[in-house]
Formats: sequence, structure tokens, C-alpha cells
Amino acid sequence: MPAWLPPPAVLAHLGLILVVFNMLVLSAAFMVWMERKVCAYIQDRNGPNRVGFEGVLQPFADVIKLLFKEELRPKAADALLFAIAPVISAAAAFAAFAVIPFGTSTTLWGLLDQPIPLQVTDVNVAVLVIFAITSMGIYGIVLAGWSSNSKYSLLGGLRSSAQMISYELSYGLALAAVIMLAGSLSLREIVLNQAGTWWGFIPRWYVFLQPIGFLIFMTAGVAETNRAPFDFPEAEQELVAGYHTEYSSMSFAMFFLAEYVNMVTVSAVATSLFLGGWLGPFLPDWLAWVWFLVKVFLILFFYVWMRWTLPRYRYDQLMEFGWKYLLPVAVLNLLATAALILWIG
Amino acid sequence: MDVIAFYIFAAIAVVASVLVVGQKNPMHSVMLLITSFGALAGLYVLLDAPFTAVTQIIIYAGAIMVLFLFVVMLLNVPREEPAPPAVSALLGPTGIRIGVILSLLLGAEIVWALSRIGLGWFPQDPAAASVSSVALIGASLFTRHAFAFEATSVLILVAMIGAVVLARREH
Amino acid sequence: MTPITPYHYLVLSAALFMLGVIGVMTRRNIIIIFMSIELMLNAVNINLAAFSQQLHNAVGQVFAIFVVAVAAAEAAIGLGIILAFYRNKETLNIDEMNILRW
Repeated sequence: MPAWLPPPAVLAHLGLILVVFNMLVLSAAFMVWMERKVCAYIQDRNGPNRVGFEGVLQPFADVIKLLFKEELRPKAADALLFAIAPVISAAAAFAAFAVIPFGTSTTLWGLLDQPIPLQVTDVNVAVLVIFAITSMGIYGIVLAGWSSNSKYSLLGGLRSSAQMISYELSYGLALAAVIMLAGSLSLREIVLNQAGTWWGFIPRWYVFLQPIGFLIFMTAGVAETNRAPFDFPEAEQELVAGYHTEYSSMSFAMFFLAEYVNMVTVSAVATSLFLGGWLGPFLPDWLAWVWFLVKVFLILFFYVWMRWTLPRYRYDQLMEFGWKYLLPVAVLNLLATAALILWIG
Repeated sequence: MDVIAFYIFAAIAVVASVLVVGQKNPMHSVMLLITSFGALAGLYVLLDAPFTAVTQIIIYAGAIMVLFLFVVMLLNVPREEPAPPAVSALLGPTGIRIGVILSLLLGAEIVWALSRIGLGWFPQDPAAASVSSVALIGASLFTRHAFAFEATSVLILVAMIGAVVLARREH
Repeated sequence: MTPITPYHYLVLSAALFMLGVIGVMTRRNIIIIFMSIELMLNAVNINLAAFSQQLHNAVGQVFAIFVVAVAAAEAAIGLGIILAFYRNKETLNIDEMNILRW
């Protein structure tokens, strides 16, 4: 290797960062297309089919259109906060993916001296890091609602952030139950604890040990990302467009991107915690990330399916559900898990 | 590398804190305080305390500051106007200058006192090669400090009930 | 460059504490005063964490977590009091919060 290049390990890490970042942006684009196609087929019509084969290039056409729009800003808006809010949303969404593992350690077929794990960084409190960074994403929404200086935006922003904070509790409690089972906070350890099978064909995934925990996690995850039946704060019929009413062009695109990348992150975390991450039969170790993508895709499809099937919750029904029903169930789940661990050992 | 990271985080924390105390727009103050907390979380990571770092972000920067933000937005906190004449003798520029000088003197005293203590007075835990393990913190929290833990949970319950009662409207 | 000793952290903690004290003494908006108090609590936390690392004793971090939890409880109650007061007197200026004076 030429002397001015950094050592291969550093290059490999930089390559990993590039790969993960590009995959997230491409998956957001893919989600745009999948959402419109699935929505169309559920509603018994065709969906985008002009741009590219079966409309696959539609997201790129959308981005080009958004790029050419005028960037508006209400005059009374707080300029600094108005500009920074979409950046906070998008940055938090991307940063949360930094600790998610998507494959086993690889030496890139002998190019590296030591194997590197397929994730951007391996922290031993990884689960909490994801939780912390998703808490930061709330600020993007609150600031967007406030700095637009319009009543629709403010109401939408307040409601949306209150919803996210409320459902974070159940999210954290479902996480805590899995952490108790696995005995570690590192996502890689949790995935590796799910290796092996019972009776030869049922994989040892935590979704079989914690079915209620999985349901709680998915419900809280859907509410966290402001999607599907819990998307009152940004519903078109209710509040114009909620906290991103006054945004246009690239700022709006950043909110959009942040929402889809948040969905991908929640799906990836659910995969690692409950569905066994990259573990799966038939594929060699260096292709294990294919299983990861398949599982994440299944959860994302479930997200889209839920959005276009279920009606929307009203805001007070949503908050009541989160505090009065989901939180006690999550606490009971945690207690039951602890009791079973103590009893069975 | 650690040295550079320390200085960057410390500089961000101090500059953000100076601006929190010094500038007039309360919304910007809240955001700057969040930045300061983020820099402090980076310092915790440098101090081999990743659990404290994420706890700081989740609770302090993620929940408490959201509370502050909501209050600032709901009360529409105005920018600070100059003091009325009755108190401006104490709080005018002279008063502030004297206060700042006294604070700096106190700070210098603290730094001088710190440079004279010996660090051998505190007991070392020989079993702990590094304190960054969450298991170690958990073990300590639930055995030696179990009473404080339970008392804190009662405290938080009381605070929750108190906050709900205080913020309710009279009907 | 000199390596980072705990004294660097202690000086930083003292500086942040001083800034908190200056904030409490010189500002009149009660929310800014409250934020300066939170700044002081954080300065103490840095202190605890620095000693915890120096002496390889996890007690420092445990105490820091307690400080964060108590600060959360205090912030909730304090902001509740501010809201209740604002509802009655419509001001956030601490000079005007003098109803209990003789």
C-alpha cells in the first residue's frame, strides 16, 4: 500500500461508515417507492409505474423535484432554530444506526490483519446509546414546531413530542426485559446469544421468549416514529401537516428522510433484539448481512401495511393508550421476565 | 488524541455555558445548555464512564431539558428587560462587575485548594480494574446503595405527584 | 502536550460551577436561574466522575447517577412551581416575586 494512505484498518472503518450511510439513504429512497406501491396495491390501483421499471426511479424524481422548489421561511420565524431543526432530526436518525451490527466479523478475505465486526462502532452500552440518540430526535420536532411561529406547527410539534416522550417509556421497558434475558447491553452480544435452535428447527430468537415484549416494542416503535395509527400530529386532515407545515424543499426532504431512517433504525433494533439479527440458516458467514436485510425489510413492510390498513387514533386516545395500557403491560412484562429468570435460572 | 478530544469538549462546554448565562434569548439559552450537556457527556466517555454518559443524555439532555423547553414555549418567556430603577443600584453594571470579580476570586481559591490536596486519601476498590462496566455499577447500586436507590424512587414518585398537582388548573 | 490529569477535570468543574453561580447571582429571569442551578449540578457530576476514574471506584459514578435523578425530580417540581406562580402573578422576573416579604 502507498505510504500516504492510512493503515488498512482505518480505511476499512471509513469504508464501513460510507457503506452504512449510503445504505440508509438508499433505504429511505426505497421506502418511498415501497410505500407508494404497497399503498397502491392495497387500494387496488397501480401506483407509480412511469419512471423506470415499475416506478423504481420515482424517489429520485421526487428528490429532483424537491431540489428545484423554492426555500421559504416565514418572516416571523426564528431563523437559526428554523434552519437547525431538520438538521437535528436527520442527524439523530442517522447517528442511531452507528452501533447496530449487521454481520459477523470479517477480514475482508484476508486483506486485514484482524477481523473487524460489521458495524460502525462497538460500544458496550449500545442499547442505551440508541435510546439516547432517539431522545435527541425529539428536539428537531419541538424546534420545528416552535420556530415556524404558526399555530398549526406549534400544536403539531407539541403533540408530536409529547407522544414520543410518552411512548419512550414503554420502549425502554421492553428493551430492559430483553437486556435481562441476554445479560448484556451490547447489541452484538444480544444477537450472539440468540444463536442455535431448539429441537433442531426453532431458532432461539427472543421473540419466542418474549412475545408480549416484542408487541410492546413494535407498538412503541411505531408511536416513536410518528407513523401508522399513531400519526395524528402530522395527519393531513387534522393539522395541515403538523410541525413541518412551513417547511419546503430540502428542509422538508430532510424531515422526510429523518422519518424513514428512524423507521429503518427501529426495525433494525427490533431485528437485533428479537429476531436474531444476522443469524440464519443456509448462508455462509460473510453473507449473513443478507438475512439482516431480509428481516428488516419484513418489519418495514409490516409498518407500511399497518399504515394503510388501520385508521388513525385520536390524540387523547393515543396518549391514554400509551400511559394507561401500554406502560402497565410493559412493567408487568418486565416483572414476569425477572420472576421467570429467577425461578428457572 | 484523548488530549485533543478533552480540550474540544471542554471548550464547547465552557463556551456554551458562558452563552447560557450571558445571552438574552431564553430559547437559545435552553439549546445552548443542551449543547453543554452533550459536551459533558463526551467528557464522561473520556473518563471511562459510558453508562454515566448515556444516562446524562437520556435523562438530562433528553427529558429535563425538554421540560425546560416546554415551559419556555408555553409561558412565552420574553427576553430580559433592564432592571427597574429601584434595584438597578445593586444590579447595575457595577453590581455585576463586583459579583463577577467575587466569583472569579472564589474560583481561583478553589483551583488553588485543589492543587494542594493529595489524592491518596480515598479508598481504592482493588477488584475493579476499570469502572466502566455496567455490571459493576449495578452491583454497587443494588447492594451498598440499595436504600438510596429506593429513597430516590420514592422521591421521584413524590415529584411526579407534586408536579401534576402544581400544574393543574383550578376548576 | 501534557497528558490529561484529573486536575484538568477539576478545574473544568470549578469553572462550570462558577458560571452557574454567576448565572444565579446576576440574571433575573427565573428560568435562566434554574438552568444555572442545573449547570452547577453538572459541574459536581464531572467532579464525581473524574474521581471515580482516578481511584477506580465505581461509587463516584453511582453518586453521579443519583445526582441526575434528584436533579430530574427537582426540575419537575421547580418548573411546576414556576408555572403556578406565573398563573397568579404573570411575571417571570425574580425581582417581582416578593409577595412573602415583610
